[in-house]
Amino acid sequence: MTARTLFEKIWEQHQVVPESADAPAVLYIDLHLVHEVTSPQAFSVLRAQNLKVRRPERVLATMDHSTPTDPDEVFGRVPIKVESAARQVKEFEKNCREFGIELHGLGSDTRGIVHVIGPELGATQPGKTIVCGDSHTATHGAFGALAFGIGTTEVGHVLATQCLLQRRPKTLAIEVTGKLRPGVTAKDLILAIIGEIGVSGGTGYVIEYRGPAIEALSMEERMTVCNMSIEAGARAGLIAPDETTFEYLEGRRFAPQGKAWDEAVARWRELKTDPGAKFDRVVTIDASSLEPMISYGTHPGMVVPISGKVPEVANDPVHAKALSYMGLNGGEAMVGKPIQVVFIGSCTNGRLSDLELAAGVLKGRKVAGGVRMLVVPGSQQVKREAERLGLDKIFTDAGAEWRESGCSMCIGMNGDTAGRGQYTVSTSNRNFEGRQGAGARTLLASPATAAAAAIAGKIADPRAYLPH
Amino acid sequence: MQPIRTIESRTVVIPVTNIDTDQIIPARFLTTTTREGLGKQAFADWRYDANGAVKADFILNKPEVAGCAILVAGRNFGCGSSREHAPWALLDYGFRAVISTEIADIFRNNSLKNGLLPIVVDDQTHQWLMNNPGANVTIDLETTTLTLPTGATAKFPIEGFARVCLMNGVDELGFLLQQAPAIGRYEAARTF
Repeated sequence: MTARTLFEKIWEQHQVVPESADAPAVLYIDLHLVHEVTSPQAFSVLRAQNLKVRRPERVLATMDHSTPTDPDEVFGRVPIKVESAARQVKEFEKNCREFGIELHGLGSDTRGIVHVIGPELGATQPGKTIVCGDSHTATHGAFGALAFGIGTTEVGHVLATQCLLQRRPKTLAIEVTGKLRPGVTAKDLILAIIGEIGVSGGTGYVIEYRGPAIEALSMEERMTVCNMSIEAGARAGLIAPDETTFEYLEGRRFAPQGKAWDEAVARWRELKTDPGAKFDRVVTIDASSLEPMISYGTHPGMVVPISGKVPEVANDPVHAKALSYMGLNGGEAMVGKPIQVVFIGSCTNGRLSDLELAAGVLKGRKVAGGVRMLVVPGSQQVKREAERLGLDKIFTDAGAEWRESGCSMCIGMNGDTAGRGQYTVSTSNRNFEGRQGAGARTLLASPATAAAAAIAGKIADPRAYLPH
Repeated sequence: MQPIRTIESRTVVIPVTNIDTDQIIPARFLTTTTREGLGKQAFADWRYDANGAVKADFILNKPEVAGCAILVAGRNFGCGSSREHAPWALLDYGFRAVISTEIADIFRNNSLKNGLLPIVVDDQTHQWLMNNPGANVTIDLETTTLTLPTGATAKFPIEGFARVCLMNGVDELGFLLQQAPAIGRYEAARTF
């Protein structure tokens, strides 16, 4: 039998109709994650055509993007301040009710960022095809699932037929050798990868992250890596499932139980790239050589090691435009640059281990005067676990705000934004112009680097602050 | 959807690489629940300043671009978020095609489903277009050919099934719904 990649195995298991010269494959979707922002127009199409949701039990619905993080708004003690968001939330509740979809809605203790709750509820499993009207769906690839973002028209397709029309993508192996050094996190690794291959280096490919440095990562770290695949242009990023994966999933709400669990694990063990299988392209990165990373520009490929300088690029108007937006000059050191906001959260870095990392840096210290620090857990479950460990107390004692879960300042459409011209060290995934608020300037980094900046009031090397 | 055979129009050039969907339509406008009327928010933060005043030096605010239906932009257009609001906003603004040397995957898919043509051309053709803003260009979907006013032509790739759907004004959902028997058989045969 021909040696196959992990991607090829999942793809072939989900072809309802294989692709031909005339038509793309009809690909079956096992799990459809739906949220309030990219679904309303899809439900409208279903209504207009008098269609039902084919498999409501394969839909996981929650609210995260436009929902507030202020507890008074979340729990209905005051109205949601962004009026259009309030209408969107109401419409989503109605859509889920009328189409028979279980909603992890406002006030629910299982609500959270869609890419955080899928895994924590055990709905995300190896070998599944998973889609969502959100480009960070690649997060679920950390479990060896083929997971990718789709548009709203395709959300309608999946609701109505549980299938998508798809052309087979190419495969890109990213081999990560060596071992991350102390103080260098999964976030630094993925930022370095994007810096290396570029923001369109993965366009048209599904990435498989492989090698000893990947195998050594925890599930939460693997999710951070896969999450940002789209920032390199790749719709999906995969990591083969292993004992770390199975240990994470066992006993979770939607994970198989008893005999079914043993059978599932036996099946999942087959989900790895066969020796000798060919990728369309291979890139190798040495984890041992990496430092903590930070972005300086207006896309996630514009990154430097924390000890680095803003690159000088002559005769490049696009580079000049980015630096002008960021208020930075070529040749300037990153460390020491004053900052005004710190955001810890998002589907990239809003899980418990991210909060633990930031709290470890902040413990017994204070957020610098003039700096606003917002800590937003990725889900209500993450929030409860963090509170059980006393992390909320560490954050609030330091002077940070502790909020309800949601996308918050990663996307700035829910009331949480940074001001015009303000520098925000953010654990999120995009530093595009205006991403965190019109005119706001984003510096992408790990939770450790973000927490160090909060204490210093300027960009700082987190390794000087990490507990030993 | 209206069938599309050819598009002939003058071009607007935005000579910026990696234009992401947050620029095409900022996230704060995504709290809408319809797809209509987003054209006024297309490139909102490049068209308007903090006070909502028109930025006169931005190309889309110049009188000579009125009526131009083809946008020419730098490499990797449409990267970032999967928001379909991006092609909806461009279409509502009046664009019917986008030309670049590289177009991001999700944006390209979303565009094809709404009748906004994502056209990828070779570097030489692209350079000519970048150097000649306002040029009258013809895009022929039947022959997958772009024709410049010089008479020079360039072939462009476009996924075959999407092309046929666009040329006939057919919705892909209809095709998928017809697959119901095959989908049912697949579901019944699944052992995991």
